[in-house]
Amino acid sequence: MSAATHLPGSCRICRVARLVVLGAAALVFLMPYLWMLSTSLKPQSEVFASSLSLIPDHWSFLVNYGKALSRVPMGRILVNGTVVCVTIVAFQIVFALPAAYALAKLKFRGRELLFGSVILGLLVPIHALSIPLYAAAKALDLINTLAILVIPFVLSVFAIFQFRQAIKSIPDDLIQAARMDGMSELGICWRVVLPNIWPAATSFAVFSVVAHWNDLYWPSVVITKTELATPPLGLLFFRAAEAGDDYGALMAATVIATLPLILLFLFAQKAFIEGVTSSGLKG
Amino acid sequence: MAEAGAATSRARTSEVRVRQEEYAGWRLSAPVMLLVIVLLIAPTIAVFGLSLTDAELGSSEWHFIGVSNYSDLAGDRTFRISIWNTARFVLLVAPASVALGLGLALLIESSVELKGFFRSAFFLPVVSLTVAMASVWQYLMHPTIGPINQMFRLVGLPAINWLSSSDWVLTGLAVIGIWQATGFAMVLFLAGLTAIDPQLYQAAEIDGAKSPLDRFRLVTWPMLGPTTLFVTTVTMINALKVFETVYTLTEGGPAKASEVLLWTIFKQGFTYLQIGSASAMAVVFIVVLLVLVVLQTRVLDRRVHYS
Repeated sequence: MSAATHLPGSCRICRVARLVVLGAAALVFLMPYLWMLSTSLKPQSEVFASSLSLIPDHWSFLVNYGKALSRVPMGRILVNGTVVCVTIVAFQIVFALPAAYALAKLKFRGRELLFGSVILGLLVPIHALSIPLYAAAKALDLINTLAILVIPFVLSVFAIFQFRQAIKSIPDDLIQAARMDGMSELGICWRVVLPNIWPAATSFAVFSVVAHWNDLYWPSVVITKTELATPPLGLLFFRAAEAGDDYGALMAATVIATLPLILLFLFAQKAFIEGVTSSGLKG
Repeated sequence: MAEAGAATSRARTSEVRVRQEEYAGWRLSAPVMLLVIVLLIAPTIAVFGLSLTDAELGSSEWHFIGVSNYSDLAGDRTFRISIWNTARFVLLVAPASVALGLGLALLIESSVELKGFFRSAFFLPVVSLTVAMASVWQYLMHPTIGPINQMFRLVGLPAINWLSSSDWVLTGLAVIGIWQATGFAMVLFLAGLTAIDPQLYQAAEIDGAKSPLDRFRLVTWPMLGPTTLFVTTVTMINALKVFETVYTLTEGGPAKASEVLLWTIFKQGFTYLQIGSASAMAVVFIVVLLVLVVLQTRVLDRRVHYS
């Protein structure tokens, strides 16, 4: 029996009321997306005509999206975002998995100390450390490179923490059997442990992509060149280049920058919700 | 004799095994240990260290000045406004999004129709690019052509300068913050709700809890205690980190009315290049986060316990 039967909603009126209330709330929550799409298709004159109509009288798709793609190198910016996010996730998993396995299944001196620093890492956000990290990046001549967008994030204490939890539930016998077969500890990590914690790994990957695709703070500290911008920073550059209130073009640019993640979300909703939920933190 | 030999060899194998494990543990976690030192511990120490100096970016000269930066912060008007605004923002966003998130989760979980659609609809803002959606909200909240004020006008309400008047700017930003945080609180509550044992509801019904409100009061709310505490803390921490919308829409203005902690640190460090005092602000930020997390763990240990 599910909890559903015990909560309000067993009567017909209650069910209709639930749909009405949730439907109205969903409309409010989705309103920004409707207006974003609608405005991105409207010519300047209609945007300023202050009508509440969502359907444009004259379609201005090409003009607005043309501007959005030409004022800043939007394609390049999307590629930057993708490259940065994918590289970050790959490094995070490569570093975190062996350490998480060691923390969960191996006894060694320094284990408690390592776990303690993982907890410290969970508490201190990048924003607080950005000043010394910036100074170091500058000293190493890494300002305005894609590498510096990746480097501070290759260590993910979230990944270590979550993977450790997941690995703990793998039976010791399974690992022992792999050792008997002559597998190395690193081999066990990738060929036994990873397949067994796949759900945790995918939900972490999704969480990480959402966080880094959205991050504005660090990119705006280390990147000043438009062609190296990630999507949030690219949008800021677009806003700066776009004097006045050309909302049609601005909305077209926001559609382009938002769409990749929304499409990914619609295809992999379960992993998204689990990823963001299990981390407990966004950004 | 043979048995004793076997025992010794077993002991020796297990000793070898222990040593191997020790070695493997170190080898597997060595890269992370190195990264922890370089990317976490060293910068943390550096922030504390810098906060005791008058260092400036681009200048190689700096002096140790003790806790002067901290005492200066106490008297710094901008910093005080910033702390006050951040606190107000957190208190506007966190309670509203936790309450809305709980309400939506309860409604969604109470029946099966369109469950998946609603969950996705309310979650969508969580995965949308904040800078992009901030631009959309800027248009929605535009004083003259914005749809929100037009709707207000239709029902006879006065137009509001959501983002450009110092009286309203924090409320405007909070509306965006609530819009983004609610779906997040909702999915955490949904996870908490499905974890409640249905037998508890049956037991409550047998004990006479007939109305939905009784069942909520007797079972759902107390069982959700730990979830609620967790959601509240996480929502507060996320609200404390408000930055994207401020950077995109207001840059702390008008007249410092939307000056918030991360924006102040960002400007002090990377615009005014005063990394000494910016580090002191960052330390204050870390301390506030620590206090929130410690409070959460304390309450969780003491009060919200059912086992």
